Amino acid sequence: MAYVALFITYIFINNFILTQFLGLCPFIGVSKNSESAIGMGMAVTFVMGIASIITWLVYNLLLIPLNLPYLQTLSFILVIASLVQFVEMIIQKNSPALYQALGIFLPLITTNCAVLGIAVMNISEGYNLMESFVAGVAAGIGFTLVLVLMSNIRERMDLHPVRKAFKGVPIAFISGGLMALAFMAFDKSLLTNLLG
Amino acid sequence: MNILFAFLIIAALGLLLGMGLAVAAKKFAVKKDEKAEEILAILPGANCGACGYPGCSGYADALSSGKAQNGLCSPGGAKTTSLVAKILGVAAEATEERMVAFVHCRGNHELTKRDYQYEGIEECSAAHMLFQGESSCKYGCLHLGSCMRVCPTQAIHRDDKGNVTVDPEACIGCRKCTLVCPTKVIRMIPARGSHAIACNSHDKGAVVRKICEVGCIACKICEKKFPDSGCTVTDFLSEIDYSKPMTQIAEAAEACPTKCIVEAR
Repeated sequence: MAYVALFITYIFINNFILTQFLGLCPFIGVSKNSESAIGMGMAVTFVMGIASIITWLVYNLLLIPLNLPYLQTLSFILVIASLVQFVEMIIQKNSPALYQALGIFLPLITTNCAVLGIAVMNISEGYNLMESFVAGVAAGIGFTLVLVLMSNIRERMDLHPVRKAFKGVPIAFISGGLMALAFMAFDKSLLTNLLG
Repeated sequence: MNILFAFLIIAALGLLLGMGLAVAAKKFAVKKDEKAEEILAILPGANCGACGYPGCSGYADALSSGKAQNGLCSPGGAKTTSLVAKILGVAAEATEERMVAFVHCRGNHELTKRDYQYEGIEECSAAHMLFQGESSCKYGCLHLGSCMRVCPTQAIHRDDKGNVTVDPEACIGCRKCTLVCPTKVIRMIPARGSHAIACNSHDKGAVVRKICEVGCIACKICEKKFPDSGCTVTDFLSEIDYSKPMTQIAEAAEACPTKCIVEAR
């Protein structure tokens, strides 16, 4: 039950883009069409899940025993960047089909703040290994959800007359702000209503 | 002392990860197709999609694996085809003829009557939804320039009277304008063609005469008096058959009462 609560929390209540305002770069950059939004979302979910595990291990098995917790951010960036590169190589070698779908997005998220964000958050919230993994995957799914919603909004917006000054990114920011307002409706009461 | 320790740990971690990546890069190296890379360097890089593949890299992959036919790249033309053929080690096949877009209309607000005055969005598709445009002629150019905005090489221009023309030198034949045009007044003609019919109207001659000063009235002068002009009138519109010799086309253009046979270049 705790995992389900964690799952819902990171998808809706603590949504990475609309509540925490992390990962805004891909939110605007890769949301022009839904196809690439889905690809990017899957890549982020994948990397967030793995990065959650690895950074948890690095923190608890390396930094804590050596009494160096202040190296957290630095070592996490190092580990995540290498990890993503490594995963990219393996995918390219073993699964060309998956590489076609995710590969081009992987280099974009090597040092994405959303990925670093979930790693830091797992530590500060004091999650165990399994909780970290669930939080990572859920945060990725929440990211994907918002990215796909945004891409659909932008696809429809392309067909409508928008004032020249608002065309493109400005109107996307305004839509994003309105979406964030809507997501404010999700708070702790969502959990109590759903799970009792 | 403490800071030195932290420094060493991070350095060691970095070294370890770096070496791990170096080993992985060797171990998981994927052999890239050299031919495809070479071909990609030759292709124009316009990513226009005229070849039917997703961008130039898609076409380069398909070419190197033998799935695609050489010579589909219209922006590159014959030069690219022969260079690609050299890499692929096959003789260059006779390429398809270079086609350029042509706006088959010279009507504008002064020469063509209007049913109403359109003041909506500057987009041809929007104007076309409203009684197929403001002009009384429902076949002609809508003058709102949707084609200009999709043209990857800015080859389409509009003068102050609203007449839209394609620069045949700059046109790469990607056909994007023909797809976006709601009246299909932009069609492809061979680049070698000296003349073209600047009208797209299938209205009867009397109707065209009433609403437009430069439309084809299907008088058949070009077809009957100049049989070697290549012009034939079908469904109240003269059309040029570019596979014919077209020796008399200049005289036909001169004789056309509404002057709607125009020079294409």
